[in-house]
Amino acid sequence: MTSSADAAVEVIGLRKDFGATRALDAATFNVARGEIFGLLGPNGAGKTTTMRILLTLLKPTAGTARVAGHDVTGEPVAVRERVGWVPQEHTVDPLLTVMENMTFMGGMYHLRPIAARRQAAQLLDLAGLAGHGNKMAKVLSGGTRRKLELAMSLMHVPAVLFLDEPTVGLDITARRDLWAYVRQVSGQGTTVVLTTHYLEEADALCDRVAIIDRGRIQATGAPGELKIAYRASSLDEVFLAATGQELAA
Amino acid sequence: MSTTNLWREHRVLLGRWLARLRREPLAVLALLAQPMVWLVLFGHLFTKMSVPGGSYLRFMTAGAVVMTTFNACLTGGVELLFDRESGFLVRLLAAPASRVSLVTSRFVYLTALTGVQGVVILVAAWLMGVHYASGIGGVAAGLAVGALFGAGITALSVALAFSLRSHSQFFPLVGFASLPLTFASTALVPLALMPGWMRAVARLNPMTYAVDALRELIMTGWQVAPLVGTVGALLVFDVCCVATATAALRHGMR
Ligand SMILES: Nc1ncnc2c1ncn2[C@@H]1O[C@H](COP(=O)(O)OP(=O)(O)OP(=O)(O)O)[C@@H](O)[C@H]1O
Ligand SMILES: [Mg+2]
Repeated sequence: MTSSADAAVEVIGLRKDFGATRALDAATFNVARGEIFGLLGPNGAGKTTTMRILLTLLKPTAGTARVAGHDVTGEPVAVRERVGWVPQEHTVDPLLTVMENMTFMGGMYHLRPIAARRQAAQLLDLAGLAGHGNKMAKVLSGGTRRKLELAMSLMHVPAVLFLDEPTVGLDITARRDLWAYVRQVSGQGTTVVLTTHYLEEADALCDRVAIIDRGRIQATGAPGELKIAYRASSLDEVFLAATGQELAA
Repeated sequence: MSTTNLWREHRVLLGRWLARLRREPLAVLALLAQPMVWLVLFGHLFTKMSVPGGSYLRFMTAGAVVMTTFNACLTGGVELLFDRESGFLVRLLAAPASRVSLVTSRFVYLTALTGVQGVVILVAAWLMGVHYASGIGGVAAGLAVGALFGAGITALSVALAFSLRSHSQFFPLVGFASLPLTFASTALVPLALMPGWMRAVARLNPMTYAVDALRELIMTGWQVAPLVGTVGALLVFDVCCVATATAALRHGMR
């Protein structure tokens, strides 16, 4: 159990109602600083809703959440300055070049133009995109575009990075390439919270995961711990047991 | 919200709007050629119309400038609708940048764009023999009045962009509104030649105010009292439009 003093994300009794739909119900979990944390759950479980609350884009119906030491409802701007986000949808501007996308994002986080260009060059280098700066974003392959989106979200050096299904639609090489990039970012001290439907990905990448189903957290822990606790040989089996599902024969 | 931060946001937002324009050479061509089409087409189509001052080309120069502003600003909000549709906008809302900058950067961009278009038309008309009674200063003042009108229209366009679900609703609506509003104004035809009911509509149409102010400056010269009245009326119009846009933004930014 992490103590809240070094928690990057602290979620206590979070609830979100959309009209009659309860998308999130009494969700409580912590993410320690420097961790790679996975939010797992079936479609409609409430993963994106949780992220949007932590990103200050949605107000919770009840409960509290602190991100990078700041309350998401009380200090939204302080939170926004400290978090990065790669949404489920594609968010590069196809009509800008790779470099222009990067410096644009830098400006939206109030970087000085010179600092933004320097930071962008460094990040593109780190992402293996050094030669792509002047390419139009629309010509990039799916994997490269995803890496660009990740690099864009790092312009302001966030304390916590949120990745919503970062590898969906990528081939196996591109996916592994992205894992390596996420590990590298994490190695530099950024806390990473990601969602994925690929459980082998969560197993390989995440220090800890939370399994969420119909808005409720069903299990939290390191993939290894959960396998032992559920007497399961894979995270898939843990997932099915925790969400009360069974594999069709 | 420091001025430095606002400046940095506007800098990259304007850079983005300009880059997107620059990458669509056909759009640039259309933006510069369309005003010419107004002048040449309408200027020749209606030469027999009897207008105050005699020369129809001189009469309709103000109309061409304000119509151009109107059309650019009326569709000017759609880029924000594209950004809403693609998910780009919500990504920007997660940044510490001010929400208002997204909209104000569109105002600045469209004011600059329609300013350039206005100058192109005025120069072209001058080359075609139109003479400006109030000189360069007067024409600049007329362009500023046009920009006041454009600001309100931009706000309405932004309101529309945040009220609709997709651009496939936006363009038919805008296309539907554009022609009747233009014809029910003094842009192409003087009030005296309109049927009574249309004259009544045109008198309420803010486009009439902007056109008449610029036309006075082109054809007669400085008339300070009516000009002040027009500026006041357009400011009231702008306040109403911005209020509408603010309500739509609250609803649409979720
Ligand atoms: N803006 C909204 N209005 C109404 N209901 C919503 C809204 N956003 C989400 N929901 C509902 O809340 C529930 C959780 O949705 P959410 O998008 O958080 O799921 P998810 O775990 O991210 O699913 P997926 O794996 O499909 O992305 C769903 O029932 C969804 O229909
Ligand atoms: Mg989701």
